[in-house]
Amino acid sequence: MSMISTSDFRKGIKILIDGRPYLMETCEFRKPGKGQAIYKTKLRNLLDNTLLDRTYKSDDSVEGADIREGKGSFLFKDKTSFVFMDANTYEQHSLTPEAVGEGHTYLVEGTECGMIYWNDRLIGVMMPNHMVLEVIYTEQAPRGNTATNVQKPATLETGATVNVPAFINIGDKIRVDTRTGEYLERMKG
Amino acid sequence: MSSVAGERDFLPTAPIENLRLRAALLEAVRAFFRDSGYLEVETPLLSADATIDPNLSPFVTRYLHGNSELYLQTSPEFAMKRLLAAGHTAIYQVTHAFRNGEIGRLHNPEYTIVEWYRVDDTYRQQMGVVEELVRHVFMVSRAKAGASKERAQAFTTSRPFGRLSYKEAFERHAGFDPLTIGLEEMPKIAASRGTVPPPGLAADDRDGWLNFLLVEMVEPNLGQNLPEFVYDYPSSQAALARIRRDDPPVAERFELYIRGIEICNGYQELTDCEELRERIRECFPDSSSTMKRLLNSRLIDAMEAGLPECSGVALGFDRLVMLAAGAESLAEVMPFPFSRA
Repeated sequence: MSMISTSDFRKGIKILIDGRPYLMETCEFRKPGKGQAIYKTKLRNLLDNTLLDRTYKSDDSVEGADIREGKGSFLFKDKTSFVFMDANTYEQHSLTPEAVGEGHTYLVEGTECGMIYWNDRLIGVMMPNHMVLEVIYTEQAPRGNTATNVQKPATLETGATVNVPAFINIGDKIRVDTRTGEYLERMKG
Repeated sequence: MSSVAGERDFLPTAPIENLRLRAALLEAVRAFFRDSGYLEVETPLLSADATIDPNLSPFVTRYLHGNSELYLQTSPEFAMKRLLAAGHTAIYQVTHAFRNGEIGRLHNPEYTIVEWYRVDDTYRQQMGVVEELVRHVFMVSRAKAGASKERAQAFTTSRPFGRLSYKEAFERHAGFDPLTIGLEEMPKIAASRGTVPPPGLAADDRDGWLNFLLVEMVEPNLGQNLPEFVYDYPSSQAALARIRRDDPPVAERFELYIRGIEICNGYQELTDCEELRERIRECFPDSSSTMKRLLNSRLIDAMEAGLPECSGVALGFDRLVMLAAGAESLAEVMPFPFSRA
């Protein structure tokens, strides 16, 4: 992989540090007084999502990470991992729940995802921001108490639990934000 | 241009109220210098001379029928000192400076610089001039509609601006004396803070280490409550400032910081031509073309003829407007930053 010099540093580039891939989230150019230019960066570890601060000076360079994006879909979940299939090659790749991220509890078979590969190994997926899922269990709201500001837990077809308004019943389909786990709306029909 | 904005790229990045503020502050700066007895001058942006600072890259070009390189000025320093050598005593200008490769939230490769010199002033007197100017600018800014109360309060204090030496700034915010600390100590200090130095920072690059620790530990704390001057820099960072032979020696230079942002750079100007020649030889490798050019520059001739004792300051106008506007980046106070130039 090619080297990336500080003059090409910008938000969004992917680099290797200690053999791990990072996404540059911010890069601030600083040049105090009569000194050399300094680049202060914030880097997101693409394997475990942690943040790292690193500082560079002009003429420094770092190794680029071979990150490729593709399309795919979720196939199934086994005991320890989530299995996805690449839409072009039909190859199967598995990820730990941590690597899938918070949204893993909303995946259903066939969910289309963006696939993120590092050196041809799947390291992450980009789930749809919204998913429509069926409620398989929730308490019946007490009669007359259908105010929308009262929330109750509901179990979805994937096993995830979300807070929903009192008027939601078993069998309803609801839209959920996979980034926040928030209930958005009840689907009609 | 492949930006997301696409066909909207023709638009300025700065809101119109910021451009109105900018115009008012430009007027305020000119009024300040006029009322203080400075003559407004104009010198060429395009010159055969270029900076002595090895950390600055000028834009280089050529005249169509000429053989030698020409440079867009990184500051009007050389030309203004030639005017002082020719008999001017108090001069200022508001002009554009160009710095190749410098871009970011607080940098644009072309920016507006206010630069001024006064013969017989000391750099300490010029700190006072900067303080008066900055107060005046923020007073005008507060008077303009749209300047928020919070912002106005922060800058219109009657308390004198802070003043601390480079040594004091490091002692206060990083816990060591930058003028005497051993080279081997600085990596330990960085490590104890959990900061990783730039990979290319050589173990024996003293100024590089000081610079890195300045950015990491000192600068973010400067001028947070009140604008704050830092003065008397290491002699190795003198540029064209006079060195005072203290033990250890210091460069008679100052900078003003507001909210961690460097606003200006002022010098007790070096007037000794022979010392300038020595510094040029130290800064640039033997008989490099840059060294030859600098040794033959018209600034050398002017200093040979006699540059009077003087102090001068260069101030980043866009940054001052940015602070007055409560903005976070230069693009919010410049109509067309580099990406839309």
